[in-house]
Parts: sequence; structure tokens; C-alpha cells
Amino acid sequence: MTTPIDTAEPTGPAALELRDVGKAFGAVVALKSATLTVRMNSIHALVGENGAGKSTLVKIVAGLYQRDSGEFRLRGEDVDFRSTAESKAAGIAVIYQEPTLFPDLSVTENIFMGRQPTNRFGRIDRKAMRSEAQGLFERLGVRIDPDRPAEGLSIADQQIIEIAKAISLDARVLIMDEPTAALSGVEVDRLFAVARSLRDEGRALVFISHRFEEVFALCDMITVMRDGSYISTDAISDTSVDEIVRRMVGRDVTDLFPKQETTVGDTLLEVRDLNSAGIFSDISFEVKAGEIVGLAGLVGAGRSEVARAVFGVDGYDSGSVTLKGKAIPKKNPTAAMARGIALVPEDRRKQGLVLDSSVSHNTTMAIRTKLAKMGLITNGAENQAAKVWASRLEVKTASLDTPVGTLSGGNQQKVVLGKWLATHPDILIIDEPTRGIDVGTKSEVHRLLSQLAGEGMGILMISSELPEVLGMADRVLVMREGRITAHLDRSVADAESVMFAATHAEELQP
Amino acid sequence: MSDSTKTTVTPESLNPSGRADAQASVRTYRDYGTPLWRRILLTREMAIIALLLVVIVVAISTVRGFDRPITITYLLLDVAPILLIALPMTLVIITGEIDLSVASIVGLSSVLLGTLTQAGWPLEAAALFALVAGALGGALNGFLITVVGLPSLAVTIGTLALYRGLAVGLLGTTAVTDWPEFWTDLAKDKIGDSPFPVIMIPFVLLAIVFIVLLHFTPFGRGIFAIGLNDEAASFSGVNVARTKFILFVLTGVVSAFAGIYFTLRFGSARGDNATGLELQVIAAVLLGGVSIFGGRGAMHGVIAGVLLIGVLASALRLANVTSDVINIITGVLLVLSVVSASFLAWLSKKRQRPGGRKRGAVSAAQA
Repeated sequence: MTTPIDTAEPTGPAALELRDVGKAFGAVVALKSATLTVRMNSIHALVGENGAGKSTLVKIVAGLYQRDSGEFRLRGEDVDFRSTAESKAAGIAVIYQEPTLFPDLSVTENIFMGRQPTNRFGRIDRKAMRSEAQGLFERLGVRIDPDRPAEGLSIADQQIIEIAKAISLDARVLIMDEPTAALSGVEVDRLFAVARSLRDEGRALVFISHRFEEVFALCDMITVMRDGSYISTDAISDTSVDEIVRRMVGRDVTDLFPKQETTVGDTLLEVRDLNSAGIFSDISFEVKAGEIVGLAGLVGAGRSEVARAVFGVDGYDSGSVTLKGKAIPKKNPTAAMARGIALVPEDRRKQGLVLDSSVSHNTTMAIRTKLAKMGLITNGAENQAAKVWASRLEVKTASLDTPVGTLSGGNQQKVVLGKWLATHPDILIIDEPTRGIDVGTKSEVHRLLSQLAGEGMGILMISSELPEVLGMADRVLVMREGRITAHLDRSVADAESVMFAATHAEELQP
Repeated sequence: MSDSTKTTVTPESLNPSGRADAQASVRTYRDYGTPLWRRILLTREMAIIALLLVVIVVAISTVRGFDRPITITYLLLDVAPILLIALPMTLVIITGEIDLSVASIVGLSSVLLGTLTQAGWPLEAAALFALVAGALGGALNGFLITVVGLPSLAVTIGTLALYRGLAVGLLGTTAVTDWPEFWTDLAKDKIGDSPFPVIMIPFVLLAIVFIVLLHFTPFGRGIFAIGLNDEAASFSGVNVARTKFILFVLTGVVSAFAGIYFTLRFGSARGDNATGLELQVIAAVLLGGVSIFGGRGAMHGVIAGVLLIGVLASALRLANVTSDVINIITGVLLVLSVVSASFLAWLSKKRQRPGGRKRGAVSAAQA
């Protein structure tokens, strides 16, 4: 997979070099062989689908994770960061999508947190600190009052503060992880101007983004990752958006996820003109009996938020949700459950399960009122119900009493599925059905979803894995920045059309 | 879910692994990973109960007069308010919240009882009014915590001062000491010839109600789930806000009831009645094995915890130990119990993961 890439400018060592880096979390392999070489004086784009391993790679560079294998060099020297402090000291700065500043402290205090300049009496030299902050902003060509509190700053300004902090630490490598996701057009332009001036000062920048217009406008080089592996590195002038998209997706997917042909029945779930200010708008779709509807799009496109609103965990401003013609009340998960909607949430460990609680209690959590006889519930009744679902879903656990948090990711997901199938839903909304679970369990989950649809259940499947969406879904909806940008039938949906709708604003019609 | 037109997903029809034999052989699951005796005996609650028994045995054999029935009577009369309030407090703490205003509600309820009977109300009506006031006090706590979204620690520190202020303000430094003898006698009376005071009857009834509520109802399952992970609980259809609101109201009512008992037992309604009682209640609940972080605990442990503190205090008092020393001993016991809990948790975690892998490393797999 890894081809030598030192074709361009072989002068001197690279600012940042990772070669054949591997990283696994238990059974889940996040990185197989990631390679990234970033030259000084350049802005380097790192692109790939969700789950391609970009974030893991960044976290290794930042010192948050330690690699299992491979080489990691900084300006030609081997490095091995065991903490973020070591990474910072070596001149690496990571600017996250949403910076974490101390809201009550001033901008200046945030920049110099933990290393305030002192005068000869050992007291903090506020004047020096302030003028230094002022100097940093002038250098970056931005106007931010150094005395104002960080609270209330726009995300764009918060990122600038983080960049200022990085420069004051003399960071040589700046990694920006989807910095433009929450920025307006003007703010993006300002950020890019700052990025270019940093490059021209001799720093190296890594820019992670899903927006190809921006990548092509800003970057000099581009590296594509897929499935935890390095795919290619090119000068931006030598490639095109189409080429990059093809490399990001690049695999034959249709055979992997066999969805059985089912007869599609009546409309079960109908969502009409759902709006939630700043989160999603004009969401309309329906799910019929026996159908799997895929909801694709990038992370942050608002897919999970729609699912949460439909199920009632969150509210919405306007619109309606009906199931078999009957309205589902707003912001009332209990009512949605009772009418036959189930939601397997995105974050299994935070939203799906009570990790410290037993397999039995978790499996029966959603049906606890139904299990009660004359208002009373016993461990015996719960175990009996849990046993049924655990055995049918083939959950591997030492006992029903085992805390669910000690199970593997795949078995945890089966417990969540069992918990919701036990409610006998008409509509199953499943958010990232196979995230973080091993390949074997993955195909079990897919077979299961297919069987459920075969029995007449309507399934809305949110997934960031394109192959999963394309293989499983009868229809694909694509969301981008809070709107549905494409309705694609199984026959016309392919990787390019979905990726295009997920990254471009223009509306696609089937 | 009574809708008969639902799609019928029967577990029998599923076969995720696709293996032919999977349909035929139903996997068998053990209900529990550990044998029954271990699950019953090797718990924190049992450790407290055992400690309680040890202290009782030692006290009977070494402290003169401890084994007299009158000692039991006075012991129970004294701890009754703590026993009562500990019941709802356990539920509140298991959801991960806390209520520091309980002693002030005791005081307010006492003062209301006093002023209203002084104004000519029959005692029964005044008591009912005090209970309603307690419910309202709890409802205000619940409103500020669940609707406004403030932390319970801050809210109930505020209402601790507010309710106490109202109580002292209503009655000033005076006390109401004129009560129908029937009721003051009843408050101190014993059940027949037994050494147990009459207040144990409502206590046992309430204890049964709270034990069932916590351990044997869907509502109780929700309480534990909220304490461990309120987000997952709300995704499972647990109404987190409503559950907490109900618990604060219940705590208010039971505290008001304890206030009525307190007043009649000592024959005195004062604004400063039961000052500091909230800390004794919380100390006993934590000693009884309830986690201050929520999600863990059992009622039998709490009751043993209250009795342990009561028995210790009573035995030491009989042995002429001064009350400041008693406080020191209770405090040390509480700290030890909390330390031992974290120590045991640390120990079992060490045993489970010999590699000592950090939690973060596991959850990172989902990132």
C-alpha cells in the first residue's frame, strides 16, 4: 500500500513524518499502515471518509495515543510522545474544531495559561503579557481585544486564540482538525490568510477537511487515507476532486452487505418539514414497512440530531412526525416508544447503555414497565426476558449479571439491539449500527437488520460508512449541513453520487 | 404496546450468525456470575450489618445498662427522625443528587405546627398543613433542580437557609410548648409491652414502601439508571426530570413528618429544631453503602448505617463518653467507610485488568 512519496522537493528532512503507523484498540484496528510526510513551508491536506483513521493519526501526533508500530519522525529525528505535553514541547500544536478555552479568563490569560511572564518580583507581568498578545494578533492580522473574556467569542475567534497560543509556543507543526466546519465564509477567508502567512514563515500545516473546495483552494499537498491505511499523496495541482473522491471510497462494495429483497409495504414513519433552528431544516422523508432507508452524510451534517428529534429525546421548532398516520408527540421518548419507535443511539457507551449496570438490567431497561406485574418488577422476570434476547442475538457474556461495560463492543451493540427489539417496534432507527465493532459481529448486525426488514419492520439506518449504506439501504437520503441534499434510489446510489451530495451544496435529484 | 397491528418480531425468527444450528440450540445463560451466598454476604451492606451486630454485642457485654429495654426505646426515639428522612434521602442520593434542606424543613414543619395550634387549629389540621408545606418545600427544590437546571447542592444550601429563616422568623426565639397530651404521650409511647416506640410503626410502613419503590418497581430501576448514566436513562424512556422532582417532593413530605414527630416527642416547637440533622442523615446514608456519585446503594444498608451511628452514640453516652468524642468517632467511621469503598473498588479493578489499562484507552476505540 505504501509507495515512496518523497518525489517532490527532497531538500532536508520533513517537518513531520509518519511511516507505516499502526494502532489498534483491542480487536478494533484503527490504523493499519498510515503514512504522512509533511514538508516545511507547506499546507498539507489529509482527507478520508469518516473512520478512515485521520483522527487517530492526529491523536498519535498530539501525544494522546501511542502508536503500536511504525515510525514517527520530527525534522528527521525519531520521537515517541507519551503525553500531550511532550508533543507540545516538541513544537506541535493541534487546533480542534471546537477549541476549549477558559470562558471566564481574558483572551490574554488564555494564551499564556500556565506560563505567564513574570516580573522580577515573581508576580505576573500583565503589561508584558498584554502587549505580547497584542503583537501576536497584529502578526496574524486579526483584531481581537486582548482584554475581553473568552466567553462569547465566536468559534472562529477561539481558533485564532488557539493559533496565537501555538505561535507564542513557537509551534513548527500546526494541525487543524476540521477547523472550518463551524465557520462562515468571511471567517474561513481570514483563517486561510492566517494559515498562508504561517506557511510562509516556514511552518508546516496539516489541514483536515471534508470540504474539497477549501482543500483545493488552500493546500499544497494532499494525502488520502482509507480504512486506516495510506492511499496516496499528490501535489494539489496534479489531481482533481473526482480523483480524490474515488480514492477515498475506492472499493467494490456491493457484495459485502447483502440486503435481502423484501416487499415494501405501507408507509410507517412520516416526517414532514422538520425544523430546528441552527441544527437542521426542512427535513421530510418517509420509511415504509420492510424498507431500509439509509441516511448518509458527513459527521456533523445533522443526521443524529434528526434521529433524536424524531424519537423525542430532543425537541424541534416546527414540523410533524407521524407513525402509521398517528402523530407522535414532540419531546417525549416514552410516548414514541409506546407507539412503536425505537432508537439505537449513536454513542453506545454514553447513550445506549448503562455500562456499570448488568446485561439483564440493560436488556430490559426499555420494557421495564411492561415486565412489571401489578407494578412490581423482579430480577427473575428481568433475567427471563433478558435470556430470550441474549440467546437469540447470540450475545457472548459470562452471565446476565455481568456489567455490560465489560463486554466487547460488538456484544454491547447486541445488548442495545436486544433492548430495543424487545419493545417490538414498528420503526427501528439505528445510528451507526456497526461503529467500533469487529468484522464478524458487523456482518451479524447486517444480517439481523436485513431479517428485521424482511419481517416488515421499517428501518432508518444512519451510517458514516458508505459501503454499509450502499449495501444495505433500499433508498439513500444524504444530508449536508442540516439539509437533505439527495434522495437516491438503490439503483442510482453509488459512492460518487453520495459523496458528492454530502460535500457539495447543489441539490441532486434521483 | 397493546396495538395488535404491530409487526411481530419474535426472537425465535432471528438468526444473526446465519448458522443452521443457531436456531435449534438456544444458548443457555447463567443468571448470575457468582453464587448466591457471595452475592448476599460479600456486599458493603452486609459489612455494615455485621459491624452493627459486632458493636451491639460489644456494647451489651461491656457497657453497663446497655442491654436494658429502656436503652433500646430511647435509642430508637432518638434516631427515628434520621431513620425516617434517610429513606427518601437514599433515593435522592442514588440519582446522584443531594438534599441539604431536610433539617430546615423539619424546623419549618415544627414551627408551622406550633403557630397554627397556638392560633386555635386542631393539631390534626395543623399537622396536615405542615405536611403540605413540606411537599411544597420539596417541590421548590425539585423545580429549581429539574426545571431551572441548577445543581442540587447549591439549590438546597440556599433553601436550607431559606426554610430555616422562615421557621425562625415565624416564631422568633420563643417556643410553643402547649400540646394535647394524647399526642405527646403517643410520640413517646411504646408498642404494648415491647421496648419499641410507637414511631416505629409508621417508620416500618414507610420503609417497606421505600424498599419496594427502590428495589422492586420500574420507577426504582429508573432511579439507579439515572444515577449511573442519566443520558442513557433518558434515551431509554426514563423521565429523568420527573423522577427527580417526585423524589424531592417525597423528601419534603417525609421531612415534614419527621418535624411533627420531633415537635411532639420533645413537646416543643422551635425555629432551631433539628439544626444540623441533614448532615447526620447524609452521613448515615453514605455509611450504609450508598455512593455519593449515585447509582449504587441498598435500603437495608442505609437502615443499618443509621442504627450503627445510633447504637454507637447511645453506648458511648452510657459509657460516659462526651458528645464531642462521639462526634469524632462517628466522623472517623464515616471517612473510613468511604475510603474503604474506594479502596475495594480500586482493588477489584486492579484484579480485573492485570495490565492496568486505562479506561480512556478502551473508549477511544469508538472515537
